[in-house]
Amino acid sequence: MQDLRYAKVSTVDDAVAALQAGGSTARVLAGGTDVIVQARARTRAIDMLIDIKGIDEVLQVAFDADGGLTIGAAAPCYRIYGDADVREHYPALIDCSTLIGGTGVQGRASLGGNLCNSSPSGDSIPAMIVLEGRAEIAGPNGRRTVPVEDFCTGPGRNVLEPGELLVSIHFPAPAPNSGAAFLRFIPRNEMDIAVVNAATQLRFDGDTVSWARVSLGATAPTPLFVTAAGEALVGAALSDETIAAAAAASKAAASPIDDMRGSIKQRKHLSAVYTQRTIAIAAERARG
Amino acid sequence: MVTTEKPKYKVVGTRPIRPDGVEKVNGRAEYGADVSLPGLLPGAVLRSPHAHARILSIDTSKAEAMAGVRAVVTSADFPPREGDGPQARDNVLAHDKVLYVGHAVAAVAAVDLHTAEDAVELIEVQYEVLPHVMDVRDAMLDGAPILDATLRTGEPDGSKGDSATNVAQHIHYEKGDLAAGFAEADIVIEREYETTMAHQGYIEPQNGTALWGPDDQIRIWTSTQGLFAVRDTVAGMLGLPVKSVKVEPVEIGGGFGGKIPTYLPPVAALLSRKSGKPVKLTMSRKEVLEATGPTSGTYMRVKMGAKKDGTLTAMEAWLAFEAGGYPGSPVGAATMCVFAPYACANQVIDGYDVLVNKPQTAAYRAPGAPASEYAAECLIDEIAEALDRDPLELRLQNSVKEGDSRADGFTYGPVGHVECLQEAQESPHYQSELSGENRGRGVASGFWFNIGFETSMAAQIQSDGTVPLVMGAVDIGGSRASAAMQFAETLGIASEDIKPHIVDTDSVGFTFLTGGSRTAFANGWAAYECAMDMRRQMEERAATIWDCDRESVRYDDDGVIRGPAAAAGAPQEFTFKELAAELPNTGGGIVGRADVSKTTHGPAFATHIVDVEVDAETGKVEVLRYTAIQDVGTAIHPSYVEGQMQGGAAQGIGMALNEEYIWDDKGRMVNSSLLDYRMPTALDLPMLDTIIVEVPNPGHPYGVRGVGEVPIIPPAPALHAAIYNAIGERMRTLPMSPRRILERTLPDDE
Repeated sequence: MQDLRYAKVSTVDDAVAALQAGGSTARVLAGGTDVIVQARARTRAIDMLIDIKGIDEVLQVAFDADGGLTIGAAAPCYRIYGDADVREHYPALIDCSTLIGGTGVQGRASLGGNLCNSSPSGDSIPAMIVLEGRAEIAGPNGRRTVPVEDFCTGPGRNVLEPGELLVSIHFPAPAPNSGAAFLRFIPRNEMDIAVVNAATQLRFDGDTVSWARVSLGATAPTPLFVTAAGEALVGAALSDETIAAAAAASKAAASPIDDMRGSIKQRKHLSAVYTQRTIAIAAERARG
Repeated sequence: MVTTEKPKYKVVGTRPIRPDGVEKVNGRAEYGADVSLPGLLPGAVLRSPHAHARILSIDTSKAEAMAGVRAVVTSADFPPREGDGPQARDNVLAHDKVLYVGHAVAAVAAVDLHTAEDAVELIEVQYEVLPHVMDVRDAMLDGAPILDATLRTGEPDGSKGDSATNVAQHIHYEKGDLAAGFAEADIVIEREYETTMAHQGYIEPQNGTALWGPDDQIRIWTSTQGLFAVRDTVAGMLGLPVKSVKVEPVEIGGGFGGKIPTYLPPVAALLSRKSGKPVKLTMSRKEVLEATGPTSGTYMRVKMGAKKDGTLTAMEAWLAFEAGGYPGSPVGAATMCVFAPYACANQVIDGYDVLVNKPQTAAYRAPGAPASEYAAECLIDEIAEALDRDPLELRLQNSVKEGDSRADGFTYGPVGHVECLQEAQESPHYQSELSGENRGRGVASGFWFNIGFETSMAAQIQSDGTVPLVMGAVDIGGSRASAAMQFAETLGIASEDIKPHIVDTDSVGFTFLTGGSRTAFANGWAAYECAMDMRRQMEERAATIWDCDRESVRYDDDGVIRGPAAAAGAPQEFTFKELAAELPNTGGGIVGRADVSKTTHGPAFATHIVDVEVDAETGKVEVLRYTAIQDVGTAIHPSYVEGQMQGGAAQGIGMALNEEYIWDDKGRMVNSSLLDYRMPTALDLPMLDTIIVEVPNPGHPYGVRGVGEVPIIPPAPALHAAIYNAIGERMRTLPMSPRRILERTLPDDE
C-alpha cells in the first residue's frame, strides 16, 4: 500500500475533469475489488482514486421492455442479481454476477469494473459480449459507445483514452425465443479465477437457430467473440453435429497460454466443452 | 462409536462450551497482529528476488536517510558469528547467501507501514546470481548447484560423506531379508510417486512484536505454537540469557506445524533495539506462502511383494524430500511411517533430506507422513486389485497389532488399526452401494506416532471453589477445554468451575510446543497430576480441620473429602466447595502443581472412505461422500475430536486435489495468493462424517492417544483409489488436479 489521494465526484463531467487532472496515475474507484488490491500489492502505479459512486448515472440498473437494459458502470453485482427484470430477461447476467468473488465481493464489485480491469478471464465479459452489450464512454471530447467485444485490447488494456471513463453498459431487449447462458470452469467451486469461461446466446425460429453469438474467456489476450462458432449454429436445428461444429470453432479460435491456472491443451479442450455446455443451457432457456 | 469397556467418566466424553469460545466468536480475542503498544512502529522486510544468489553488498544508507524511518537492520546486527556453516538465524535474515525467493535480507521500522515499505525499496543489495536447483532428483545429481559448500551427507552409520552435496542426511532402516521376501512373493509391483510442496494454509499470517527495554529485557508478542521455543530461539540468536526474554501469550489463528519456526520476533527485536520503540512485523499472504515453511515436495519409489493369499512379503521404499535452503525436511518421520500400518517381515527403507532452492520446509500436520504413506497406500491398493481382494480386507490381513515392530525398531503396544478397519467395513458408508458413471470409492489407512514431552501446570483454589488453571501450551485445537475437563474429572468437579489460562514464559514452568498431537495427552497428564497434588493437599487440610490422622482422610473421585466419624457419630465430609470456603482461615490457599514429561504417548491409526465423481470432460473431482474413522484412545471432548478429524481430512483432500506450489523457471512461486493456491472451500467438500474408535492408551490416566495429525494422511491415497475406480487412471502425482487428470485422459493429438 502507499499513500493515496482520494476524490469523490458527483457528476460524470467532474469525474472526467478529475481524471484529466490526475493523469496516468489516477484511477477510477467503483467497487475497488480490483483496484485496491492492485494498489496494495503495488502492481499498478496509483496515487489517486476517483470515487464515482456518488454519480447516479453510474449506479443505475434500468430496464425498459422496448429499449433494453442499462447497467451503470459501478452498479454492484448484488443489485444486478437482485433486480427482477434482470432475472427475468437476462439470466446470463445472473450466471456471472452471482459467481464473481464471494458474497462480500459481490456487494461491491461491478460489471463495469470487471470490463475496465480487462482481464482475459473477466467473468462478466463473455456474457456481455453475447448479449450485444455496448459500453458508453464519457471523456473530454464527449461520449462514444463501443461494443463490449471491442472494449478490451490486451491483458489489463482497453480502449479507454486518458480522461475517459466507462459510464454504463447497454443491452438490447431480448428477442422472442432467445436464450443466453454463461459458465466458467474453475478447479474449485467458488472464489476462483476462470481457467476458461464461455457464453452463448441463441435465437430460434421454430426449431431453427436463426441467430447465435458465442464468446470465450481466458483463452486469448482478450475475451473472444467467436463469430465462427455462432455461424456454425445458424440456419439449422440444433444437433450433435452443429454443436460439435460450434465447439470445434471455439477450440480453433482459442489461442491460450500455459500458466499456473491452466495449460494450452486443457484450455483448448475446455473451450469446446464449455461452448457445448452453454449452448445446451441457452437452448433450454430459449425454449423455456 | 465403538465403546470398549472403560471407566464411566462424568466430565470426560461430554461436550461443554469451550472456555475461549465467546471471545473468539465475538472477535474480542487478541491475536498477534492485534497487539498495540504506546509508540509502536510498524515494519517491513526486504526479501530476495533470487532463488540462489550470493550477497555481495547491502547498502541501507538511502533507507536510513528517508524521513520517517526509525531503524534498518540486516544480519550484521546479530552478534558475531561462531563457527562455519549456516546457522538458524540465517533463515531469519540472510547472511552471505539467499537460498530461495522470499528469503529475508533486511528490515525497516518506520512511523507508518507505507514509509517502511517505501524504505525497503531503497535498500540496495548487490547479488551474484547463482544457478538454482528446484527438484530433489536434480539436486542429488553430480554437478548440481551446491547450496552449502560446507555440507556433507550424514550417513546412516553416523559417518559423514567426503564431498560437497545437497544431501544433508541419508536415513536407512531395514528388517528381515528383503531379497527373500521378494523371492517369496507371487506378485511384485514397483511404482514412482511425486508430491508437490504444500502449505499449511493457516488463516492468520505470521506476526511478531518486540520491545527491547533499556535494561536489555525483551518482551515478545507473537502467534506461535511454542512460547518457550520462541523465547529460547530469540535468546539464542541474540546471544542473551534466557531470562532476558519473555514471550507473552496471544491467540493463534492456526498453525498445523507452520508456526513452530521463529521468523519475525528476532528481527522485530533488533529493530526495537535500534529504534528504542516497540516494533511490529506482520506478513502478507504472499510472504506467508513464499517465506514461511511449507511441507516438502517429494519424489518416492515404493516396491511391494505379496503372496496370492494376500500376505505382504516384502516392502521397499526410497524417499527423497525437499528440505528447502537448509537441512530439515520431515523425511525422518516419513521413513518411520511409510509402512507403519503393516506387519510385513521384510522391509528396507531409505530416506534423503535434500537441499533445494525453495522455502525452508517446516512441520505440517504429521510431517512427512502424508507423502510417504500416500505412496505406500496407493501401492497397497494396487496389490489388492492385482490379487482381487477387498482393499480393507487386505489391510486387515496385514495390519500391525500389539507386539509387532516397525523397521526402525519400535514395537507397538495396544493399537487400534484393526479396530479402525473393522469399523470401516461395518460403516454405513462402506455398506452402501455406489453406482453411476465415472464414480468410484477408495479407502486408505494412516499412522502417526503422537508425542509426549514437557508440560507444566499450576492451579489455585479460590474461596468459592472455582479454580484458575495456569498452563504454557498455546491453545490451537481446544486444549484449554481438554485440560480443564481432565482436571475437573480428576477433582470430581464441574469443568465450568475451571478457568484455564495460558500465561507468559516467566509465569509457568517449561512447556514444549503445541504440536505432535501431544497437547491433549500431555496437558491431560499434567492436569491429572496437578489435580492429584491438589487432592493430597486438601486431604491434609481436612485432616487439620478435623484434627485427625492424615491417612484417615480420603479425597474420593466424586469430589467429596471424607474423614473419620466425629465424636457425635456422623461421618465427617466436605464437598470440594465446602472445603474451599474453609481454606482462608485454616492456613491459606492451596496451589497444585505438576511438571510432567511422559513417553507413554499412544500411536494413532485412521482409515478413511471416500466416494468421488469425476467430470470426464474437465477432469474435476467432486467428493460425494467422506467418512473418517480413527482410534483416538479416549475422546475427551468428542466435538473437538470430530473437528480435528474433519479438519485433517479437509487439509488432506486439499493436498490431494488442488494445492501445490507452482514455480517459474527463475524459481519464483507464481501462485502466492489464496486465489491461486487453491485450498478447498466449504463448497468443495461434503459433510465429512466421523466415526470415533476408542482403544484407550494404557499410558494415560484417561486413555488419550492424540488426535490432530493422523487424519491428514489417508485422504490422498483414498482419493487416488477412488479416482482410479471412477475413471481407470492411477494418478501418482499430487495434486490430482483437473489439469493433471484431463491431460492424462485426453488423447495426445487433442
